[in-house]
This record gives sequence, C-alpha cells and structure tokens, in this order.
Amino acid sequence: MATDVQTPDTKTGFTPRILVFACNWCSYAGADNAGVNRLQYSPNIRVIRTMCSGRVNPSHVIDAFRMGADGVLWSGCHFGDCHYSFGNYEAEKNFKKLAEMLRLLNVHPKRFRLEWVSAAEGIKWAELINEFVSDVQELGPSPHRAKNGTGEPEPPPEGSCESS
Amino acid sequence: MTTAALQKSITTANALRCLECGKCTAVCPISRFNGSYSPRRIVSRVITGDPANVAIDPAVRTCLTCGLCSQRCPSDVKYSALTKGLRAEAFQYKNLPSCSHGGALQATMRIMAGSDHPQDRMGWVTDDLKISEKGEWGYFVGCLPYFDALFTDLESNSVDIARHTIRILNKLGIEPVLFKDERCCGHDLLWGGDVDNFRRLAERNVAMIRASGVKKVLTACPECYRTLAVDYPEVMGPLGFELVYITELLAERLKYIAGALGEVKRTASYQDPCRLGRHMGIVDSPRQAIGAIPGLTFREMRKSGRSAICCGTSAWQNCDAISKRIQTDRLLGAQALGADLMITSCPKCYVHFKCALQGESIPAEKKVEVKDLMVVLGEALAAG
Repeated sequence: MATDVQTPDTKTGFTPRILVFACNWCSYAGADNAGVNRLQYSPNIRVIRTMCSGRVNPSHVIDAFRMGADGVLWSGCHFGDCHYSFGNYEAEKNFKKLAEMLRLLNVHPKRFRLEWVSAAEGIKWAELINEFVSDVQELGPSPHRAKNGTGEPEPPPEGSCESS
Repeated sequence: MTTAALQKSITTANALRCLECGKCTAVCPISRFNGSYSPRRIVSRVITGDPANVAIDPAVRTCLTCGLCSQRCPSDVKYSALTKGLRAEAFQYKNLPSCSHGGALQATMRIMAGSDHPQDRMGWVTDDLKISEKGEWGYFVGCLPYFDALFTDLESNSVDIARHTIRILNKLGIEPVLFKDERCCGHDLLWGGDVDNFRRLAERNVAMIRASGVKKVLTACPECYRTLAVDYPEVMGPLGFELVYITELLAERLKYIAGALGEVKRTASYQDPCRLGRHMGIVDSPRQAIGAIPGLTFREMRKSGRSAICCGTSAWQNCDAISKRIQTDRLLGAQALGADLMITSCPKCYVHFKCALQGESIPAEKKVEVKDLMVVLGEALAAG
C-alpha cells in the first residue's frame, strides 16, 4: 500500500484508508472523468480496477477489512449498462450476502457501500467519495484490522485461496 | 527439505507402515470418478521420495479427508492425518486450496481470528428458547448464522438446527449457556493448511469457554465436535471442559423425550457425516434418536455407518463436478431405497445436499428432502 500522503485529521490524528473496487467500463472511467474535469476530492481512496463489478467477491471486502481498510466502496455500471449484460446484477446479489455477513461480524453499515457510477458521472464520483470519506472519518479507525499477540497491526497476510 | 512438522505428521499417520496394497485407492470416493488420483501413490511418494515435493503437488488438495481409506487400511495408515500435515506444509509453499464461494467463509474465519471486536451473531435466538447466563452446560452453535447469510439461494435456514437443538435441550431440562462472541472453530482453516489462524481461533474460543465457567460443551455440528475435542487439545493441551455431541446426550436420556415425540409418517435414510462416524466413532446414537420417532420408517443406506460415503466436499474447498456426482449418487441411493427424506447430522452435509438438489442433475420425481436430525426431532417434538 502506498504511503499516506494526506494530512491526518488534526483533532483525532486519524486518516481513513478506503479501498475502492471500480469496474473498468463505468466507475473507473467515471473516476477518470472526475480527474479530467479537475474536480477536487478526498485523496483517501485506493482504487482497484476490476473488469466488472460482478468480479468482486464478498471475500475481497472481508479480507480488505482484515488487512486494515477503514471502509470499502464497491462500484459498477448502472443496471442495463453493464458491459457484460448482467455482471452488476451479480454484484448486487453478492453485496446483499456480504452485507448480512458483515452485519454478523459487527462491521458498521456506513463502512461499506455499493454504488453505481457511469463514465459520465465524474461529479457524482467526487461527491460520493467526499461523502464516504467524511462518514468513515466520523466513525474512526476500523476495529477489524488483524492484530498479532502484542496488539501491533499485522503485516498484510498473503492471499489464502487460489482464484477466489 | 522436509520440515520437522511434516516429518512428525508422517510418523503419527503411520505412513511408513504402508504395504502399497492399494485398498485406499480402491475405496476412495474421489478415485472412483477421477482415475488419476490415488492415495496409495501419494503415500508411496511420501515415503520413497522427498515429502516436500508432494506438498507442492496440487493433488494434496484433492482428498476429502473423509477417512474411508483408513477404515479399510490393513496397516492403520491414517491418510487424513497425513493430508493434514501435507496441507500445512503446502500452505507454506503457497500451494493453496481453491476455495468454494470465493473464499468468503475462509475470509470470515480469518477476520474472526485476527480481531477482538465483538460480533452481533445472536439475532436468531427467539423468545421461546430458554437459555441461561451461567450453568454447567454450554452450547457451541458454530457458523450457522453465517451459512444463512451466504446461502440465501439455497434457502438453507440453517439456524433452525440451533433453534431445534435448544428446544430439545429445554425438553431435557437443560437451559444451555450460549457464547455471545463465539468464533468459528477453525476446522476449515486447519484442513486447508492455515495452522496459524487456526491456533488463534482455538486460543480465543478456549479462553472464552473457560471464562464462561461451563463444564460441558454441547455441539450439534460434527466438525465443531471433532475440532474442539481432538484438534484443540493438540495445540492447547487439556481444555478444562468436556465435549459432548448432542446425539450422545440424547441417547442417554432418550426415555425422557421419546414419549413427547409426535408421529412422522415418512420413510427416511441417514447420511453419516464423516467427522462424526469415522473420525469420532459416533454411529449408533443418531440411529437410536431416529428410531425413537414414532411412525418413521428407517431404511439404511447400502454404504452406511463407518463405511458411509462422504457428502462430496469438505472444508469449503475443491468443490467440483466430482463432488456433485458423489452427492447425486448418494441422494439417488436414498431415493432408490424408497426414502423421501434424507436425514443428516452435519450442517455442511445439509448445505451440500441442498445444493445438489437445486440443479437438474436429479430429475424432479427422484428428489428427496434433506433435513438435519435436530430439525426432524424438533418438529416431531412440536407435533407431539
């Protein structure tokens, strides 16, 4: 993970680290659109480009929380716009399962979101990220980060499954 | 290079006693459909070559660890124990399992292993269930609420197993202590080779149960039972509490409950979970419990008890077309006996069979219903 470049909140000393899964065809292009239009938004996100929002699996989000993410955004194309026709319907189905599993794990519901952002919606992207970052900033650091016996955060563990 | 841990597991598994007779491969449910997989050849490679070379082979991920081969082995080679050792080694070499459901369950186990944050897992406890804060008996529920979150397509309703278990316990006069922050027992991580996270889960669970002050811990899941009773003492030493499988308790106190059971007019067969039957040797008490249900006709499967065939997948890994064929065979076998109900005592067998029934591999007129033993008993109790 890249070094934190943004300055931490002066009062709490906490800078949210947010992982974003953005689909190649809409959301990633939407983020690009925000950049091309020179829209300013919080630098607290790390974007992972996936070919489709349907590629993201609940395990990726749960692993992200274990590895120290304070929030996770899962984004893709609007319904009817999916490059692969039905990938975002899969994403929605899997997100519902994930939401229930994270509820059982007691992860705050404001720490994970599923959002549809098209390639033209740069403004929506910037506003969404700002809103999400400020939500997570209020919640504080995630308590789900894996710790070793001494209470220190663990180095990110290696992947555990082949082709998950 | 063979590590000390792998060498130890080769010794404890009695691998060096192998006669290369091949009985293991002859009975292996995987070898039946996959000619290229042979437990005999793997044992032979372990003892004649460098075991570390076997640990990097994807074939160590194929075994169901059901233990049928050890049942037949004339030299008492414990192939499942060897597989467990090889997989722990394989994990070091990044020879990883292909996890079912995208690894979501393993991810859940690991996040539980890493953080002390309390869960919110008690939503399934309904008002009619009598539980207590302190007492002699504890009930280790297992991952049932998580199954229901993930297997919405199967409409598995696995938490019903836990609800009925508590109703049955209440009938026996036991109000069990539930563990609000119980974590996964770690069975699947252990059998996948992730020993470090397994140890963390074991430490957290044992500390939690000790702190609760219960003397006896009940489980209604064969995997939790095996893991807590056999694998935890291996890493933790003596636990300080006793493990009891629900059917063992039922068999002991069946007379207090038998009169209260209502009639169930069905023909049923029973799937022996491999962890319960072969690993722990519990085959009679579930049958006694089934036998106590009035009106129920019981048909024994052709391969049952300690010779039963596994439900096709274990530890949420390597689920493939062969798993599906084993499940289909098993369900069609029960149907051929005239059964319309397949009873199992393992929440995972239940999920696997539910999944096999969903597809079109079994024609609609040959589909049997699958239920957990606790649900069958609980419903009979409600009808009584």
